[in-house]
Amino acid sequence: MKECIGMLLAGGEGKRLGLLTAQLAKPAVPFGGKYRIIDFTLSNCSNSNIHTVGVLTQYAPYDLHKHISNGKPWDMDRKDGGVSVLSPYTGKTGGDWYSGTADAIYQNIPFINQYNPKYVLVISGDHIYQMNYQKLLDQHKATMADVTISVIEVPWKEASRFGILNTDEDLKIYEFEEKPEHPKSNLASMGIYLFTWDVLKHYLIKDATQKQSSHDFGKDIIPLMLRDQLKLYAFRFNGYWKDVGTLQSYWEANMDLLKDDCELKLNNKQWRIYTNNSNFPPQFISEGATVITSLINDGCFIRGRVIESVLFRNVDVGEGSIIEQSIIHSGVKIGENCVLKKVIVMENTTIKDGTVIQVNDDGEPVVINQEVLEQKALVMGGES
Amino acid sequence: MERMMGLINLEHEHHSFQELSYYRNSASIPIAGRYRLIDFPLSNMVNSGIDEIAVFVRSKYRSLLDHLGTGEYWDLDRRNGGLFILPPDWHDPTDMTKGDLQFFHHHRDCFLRCHSDYVLISGCQFITNTDYYEAFAYHLDRNADVTLISTHEEEILPEHDLYFRIEADDLGWVKNITNEKRNPHIFTGTYIISKKLLLELVDECIAYHKYHFFHHGIVNHLGSLKVQTFRHRGFHAFINSITSYYRHNLNLLNEETYRKLFFEKHFIKTKTSNQPPAQYKGLAEVKNSILSNGCVVDGKVENSILFRGVEVKKGATVKNSIIMQRSTIAEDVYLENVIIDKDVFITKGQKLIGSIEKPYVVPKWQTV
Repeated sequence: MKECIGMLLAGGEGKRLGLLTAQLAKPAVPFGGKYRIIDFTLSNCSNSNIHTVGVLTQYAPYDLHKHISNGKPWDMDRKDGGVSVLSPYTGKTGGDWYSGTADAIYQNIPFINQYNPKYVLVISGDHIYQMNYQKLLDQHKATMADVTISVIEVPWKEASRFGILNTDEDLKIYEFEEKPEHPKSNLASMGIYLFTWDVLKHYLIKDATQKQSSHDFGKDIIPLMLRDQLKLYAFRFNGYWKDVGTLQSYWEANMDLLKDDCELKLNNKQWRIYTNNSNFPPQFISEGATVITSLINDGCFIRGRVIESVLFRNVDVGEGSIIEQSIIHSGVKIGENCVLKKVIVMENTTIKDGTVIQVNDDGEPVVINQEVLEQKALVMGGES
Repeated sequence: MERMMGLINLEHEHHSFQELSYYRNSASIPIAGRYRLIDFPLSNMVNSGIDEIAVFVRSKYRSLLDHLGTGEYWDLDRRNGGLFILPPDWHDPTDMTKGDLQFFHHHRDCFLRCHSDYVLISGCQFITNTDYYEAFAYHLDRNADVTLISTHEEEILPEHDLYFRIEADDLGWVKNITNEKRNPHIFTGTYIISKKLLLELVDECIAYHKYHFFHHGIVNHLGSLKVQTFRHRGFHAFINSITSYYRHNLNLLNEETYRKLFFEKHFIKTKTSNQPPAQYKGLAEVKNSILSNGCVVDGKVENSILFRGVEVKKGATVKNSIIMQRSTIAEDVYLENVIIDKDVFITKGQKLIGSIEKPYVVPKWQTV
């Protein structure tokens, strides 16, 4: 028996990330010069001593499955428990895709039952934060709650963009409002739910029979539990938390890592973020190079100027090139005298000498890959 | 298909690394920002398709064991074969063997159990990125008893003094193995021999109370053995002292040399760590240097090698220096021609200067 196991929702498509998720599940999108988005939640589980985790995948799962493999980077290669990848499956009575977050858990009730846990932590693999889930569990036990939802204070003017929890003084939740026009509180749900398993199981089975339900935690399960007057509590989280759901927020979250006062510390030795490590040689910074306020991974060769940027492994920056406020994924080769500002370059793209791509300070970052560059070259060629 | 097993024999390695080898076997001396000397022979063997590798190690092997672990980083965590770390057995009262013959004697089973019929034997101080397919094919083709891998040096360097020189005829048959210092034909310490012959020669050496397998088993039998030499081509370095260590590390700051060692052939594999990417802060000024992940730089770094997790605070200058894992260079420190071992803390405002010929070395765990 396990006291608490984790269920990590990683099947989302992440439409608003555009090209980045065209062939990749959102949790597998590269982040922070070395990681994939899901590494943050997986590492949180590992660092919180939750070593039994089911990862629910559905959309474009290949890279994600390969990345997780046997869970070794997160110390989850265990005989007892460990990480299990849970994709939709067929059985004697047929099978179905996961039709919602709650349905994904519902379909895996047998998986959870085999560990006979007292509590189940439901989290999603597309948020960037460092959090000790044991503290959430402690509060859940102390309040004898049925559900505890982690919340973060957001600025009032942005509150209408979030799922807002209205609570009384001791954080007992009496109302949940999805993107309210006139928010009554600024406590936003972080999409982190801790359930007492018996209670959740009951509601999942009940919800599964409701034909009109969208089988979603936020839209169906939580409102139903509130209607039945269960004990739902909010857990206050103080620290860095970011939903990297859009290109703008993905870019911002990467840029946040470069700030000295960023609350999220990749260098925090007590709370390491783990990932699959590559075996590239160290980075080589040439005589004429300038690198400031940046994160650079192994295997890079820098000859130009890199300012406020995040470079993944094995990136070349040619002489005379200027890379500013950009995110360069692995294996990208940037020629000489290029200028990139506020650009996200996808894996293994080769950028020819003299290429200039700049986005205004207030513009949305642009994503490029080899195909985009070639189409662009065609258009430019046609004009001249 | 004929197969080779690997043997990394650390018993008769040279030990003029002073502070760097006080607490560690010279095979685990850190090099090139994130590697250890043993990564080169080990990776070269793995990159030659060898998946049975034994390591003879007698002393100061804590860091080596920690580094090698199960061999997973070299894909050597195998059900069949894999990595065999073999320290000597001290508890056999009838044992009369000495030197590396003691290892062969105690670990005869390891050789008998391995599936390969040939053995590639190497030390740790010949640094290169290569594979041994060609050398092995050559060995089989020539029907040699032993094939010695050798180099031809354009320029004789002080570190070459410690190695055997080879005299061979036009067909590559070795006629003499000497210590003639002007001979540019240098034995790298890497050789191929059949397992059967190896064990026969081992038995003979033990019967005559010998203590150095290569010297007594091969060199002294040159008259009766068919010994070939195979020329190693490509970038390489012999590292067996502080001065050669310092010089060859700094040579890697030439981009062409660096690419030759790491990017032209195979991957040199090492134990990976979970350090985040290197962080360059607002005042970072880094020129012509090699940096590893986990570094945090806010100062000036020039012609230097920074290992994983090194911190250079603002106002500090690091020049022509090698700074090993997790060492911290505090504000306004000045370092020139210095080698700093792991976990050292250089306090604010310190000034340490060595010379190119004799770098200043700070051992592990010191606060200066």
